Amino acid sequence: MSLTDFFQHLINGFSTGCIYALIALGYTMVYGILKFINFAHGEILMMGTYGGFYVYYFLISKNSSPSYMLFSFFIAMVVGAFISAFLGVFIERIAYRPLRRAPRLSPLLTAIGVSIILMNVASLLFGTQPRRFNYPFDNNPFSILGVNITPHQMLIFFVSLCLMFFLKMFVDKTRSGKAMRATSENMDAASLMGINVDFIISLTFAIGSALAAIAGILTALEYKLYPTMGTMAGIKAFIAAVIGGIGNIGGAMLGGILLGVLETLGPVILGIPQGLKDTIAFLLLIVVLLFKPSGILGKKEKTKV
Amino acid sequence: MIDLIFLLLIYICIYSLLSMGLNMITGYTGLLSLCQAAFFGIGAYATAILTVYAGWGFWTALIMSCLITSAFGFLIGLPVLRLKGDYLAIATLGFGEIVRNVILNWDSFTRGSKGINGIPFPVIFGIEIKSSNLYLFFAFVFIFVVIFYFILNRIVHSRFGRALEAIREDEIAASSMGINVTKYKLISFCIGAFLGGVAGSLWAVFFTSIAPDTFNLMLSIQILCMIVLGGLGNNLAAIVGAFIVVTAAELPKLLGFSSIIPPELNQILFGLILVLAMLYRTQGIMGKKRFIAEGNPNKERAVER
Repeated sequence: MSLTDFFQHLINGFSTGCIYALIALGYTMVYGILKFINFAHGEILMMGTYGGFYVYYFLISKNSSPSYMLFSFFIAMVVGAFISAFLGVFIERIAYRPLRRAPRLSPLLTAIGVSIILMNVASLLFGTQPRRFNYPFDNNPFSILGVNITPHQMLIFFVSLCLMFFLKMFVDKTRSGKAMRATSENMDAASLMGINVDFIISLTFAIGSALAAIAGILTALEYKLYPTMGTMAGIKAFIAAVIGGIGNIGGAMLGGILLGVLETLGPVILGIPQGLKDTIAFLLLIVVLLFKPSGILGKKEKTKV
Repeated sequence: MIDLIFLLLIYICIYSLLSMGLNMITGYTGLLSLCQAAFFGIGAYATAILTVYAGWGFWTALIMSCLITSAFGFLIGLPVLRLKGDYLAIATLGFGEIVRNVILNWDSFTRGSKGINGIPFPVIFGIEIKSSNLYLFFAFVFIFVVIFYFILNRIVHSRFGRALEAIREDEIAASSMGINVTKYKLISFCIGAFLGGVAGSLWAVFFTSIAPDTFNLMLSIQILCMIVLGGLGNNLAAIVGAFIVVTAAELPKLLGFSSIIPPELNQILFGLILVLAMLYRTQGIMGKKRFIAEGNPNKERAVER
């Protein structure tokens, strides 16, 4: 493998990784606070993406000049994010909140139930045939020293790095972010300090779901849009969250990018078929769990009797 | 109609073996495992390869595939069982996906996505048990369910079974009472895998052809739903759960509504049952009132202080 090829795979992996990181943030934030895996996260992503898809086609059906198309694409992203955010908050409200003090298995299975419902509602409403966004811009790759970068990949880098930066700022610097960190540290103590825990949890779901929808719309440009698109993306993003250290926001970003890069480079370096890409991701997961279950950036949890 | 009922009963029997196996792992030992479908797949593929390529008879192939499946249970259990709760669930999920992926991509051995055809029917006392004769085949699988139901009941009511329940209730307390936690967990995992192997073998000879897509994550989740809906830690409940889930999935076909009711609606109903059951009857239909596989994280925290 030449150096150019290596950088080419690195760029491709990095763009996949940014998407994983965006989705992983939703998992990790929810896990940080509620200590439960939101299995419906991928389906919330899918719903938001479909919402964005319809908004986009509604807008460009009137006018399809290039700059207007790009503008509609951003509008679609915002609307999709709002749809997902509302859906996420709504699901938390009706399905997860009553189970906050229940045994751990119950919310997990409820989430699985919700994801089955959403997936099938989507295939009833939107049909099962894959759909596709048209590129709102000319997607001819630029060549820098022999390495091709498409405008689509640049859009992914730009949007996801911006969003991650804003999220980090929000969590570290604002009052709500501080409340969020306090809630994940100790929910009861936070509520005694006058933090509205229910509101913070809703906010967490809203932010995580909105980020997922944006990631979904960004990927739907290249890959297609179908009712089960969220499942595999969700599992991969979850792996990313675990690798980085679940409950840790910086960890989700790092884990996502790491997973994307290793998954793309792995089959090339090892010389195995591309179909085994997912196997690499899962092997990575098991290896990380075995040697550092708390993930790369995670803190070690102590068990007390 | 009668044929359809017997077909359904055969399904229920095979799924009961799977759910009883998982019940041993999750219900009695309290280990949340999401790879029962992988054991099912390994059992089915082992039988298919041994009978079709190696030309073995059904009975030797059955015993061999169960041993192979148990060995896989042991191999994956050895490293993974050090993990707890959600982390164990994710690691087993990863293992399940790896198995499916490897089966799908190892063309020379498993024939990839094409699957293996022409698996011979089992022969007892010179009678060939064909899957076209549904009554005979039902009797055949029903005998397996009865035998394993009694064996498992003996196991769980023995000293060994009580040790498993002690581990489920409180691992630290159990180990301080002199129970070798790792050993018992491993044995329980192997028993669960063994039953998965039996079910896989029967599945392979019933359909005479197998394909990797059957053994996906969704199946593992369905098996988990069976034991949770039935009530964890009760072998009869695992059978009842299998009955409910299989009947709910096939009922429209049974009543001849399948042309009117789309399959999606049926899945939505399944999801709703799962969510409602978790919200209003966490312990399942036949479960006892108190069952906590993993203590509630919030409650635990309250105790720590």
